[in-house]
Amino acid sequence: MGLTTREENGVVIVTVDGQLIVSNRQQLKQAVMDELDNGATKFVVDFGETGYIDSSGLGLLVSLSKRVGEAGGALRLSSLNDDLGSLFELTKLDTLLDIYDTVEQAVEGL
Amino acid sequence: MPGSSLEVAASGGAGEPSADAPKELKLDVPSDLGFLEEAVELFARHCVEAGVPPESSRFKLKVALCEALQNAMIYGNKLDHAKMVRVEAVVEDGNVTISVADEGEGFDPEEMPDPTTPGKLQLPDGRGLFVIQQLADEVRFNDRGNCIWMVLRHS
Repeated sequence: MGLTTREENGVVIVTVDGQLIVSNRQQLKQAVMDELDNGATKFVVDFGETGYIDSSGLGLLVSLSKRVGEAGGALRLSSLNDDLGSLFELTKLDTLLDIYDTVEQAVEGL
Repeated sequence: MPGSSLEVAASGGAGEPSADAPKELKLDVPSDLGFLEEAVELFARHCVEAGVPPESSRFKLKVALCEALQNAMIYGNKLDHAKMVRVEAVVEDGNVTISVADEGEGFDPEEMPDPTTPGKLQLPDGRGLFVIQQLADEVRFNDRGNCIWMVLRHS
């Protein structure tokens, strides 16, 4: 998995390239926690380049969303393809997490 | 990344009288999460070569196999690198039955709670088996609970 982080209008956008799974989820956790420690509170995780996510990756997103929320910020997800979107639906995490079609829509109003 | 490499053993099909004969695949993976992604990609590629449609393998097969493999490594073999997880598949008419077996004591799948209930939804763990059951067309266990069979049918 490769991670790229950029900032746009005060929002940290983290793009996940490859798979988000139990053996690499720590990388995403660390990237978000480092930005949080540096004062960032608004995050978008972009899955436009992601192949698949496992249950550990889903669990990390639940934890990060909670953690960022507790810090007074917000974490949104974007650009899930149909397969990835179905994973959030069948686990009902689409009701817990904020999911947007595109990065632009996720950044807007954050 | 672990040093040694993984190798899939394939039998059946090629050279047989009938090209439609079931094809069998076998892969042994050390219980080291560093092998996880490589094992999933390698096995999925061999499943496609054996006749599983790429669109089936791209997502459902990979996610279900990733979940079963990590469960076997973590909960079954307790990440003991000396213990192996055996992955086997039979591919026939585009359908695939994958088994994942560990060397552990097994577990009772009936005891796993539904992770989508309100009290469980916000927990970070406990979704692996549920995801498998949702993605696969059929899921079975042996009596001991250390081997799972997942059927993915080509629709």
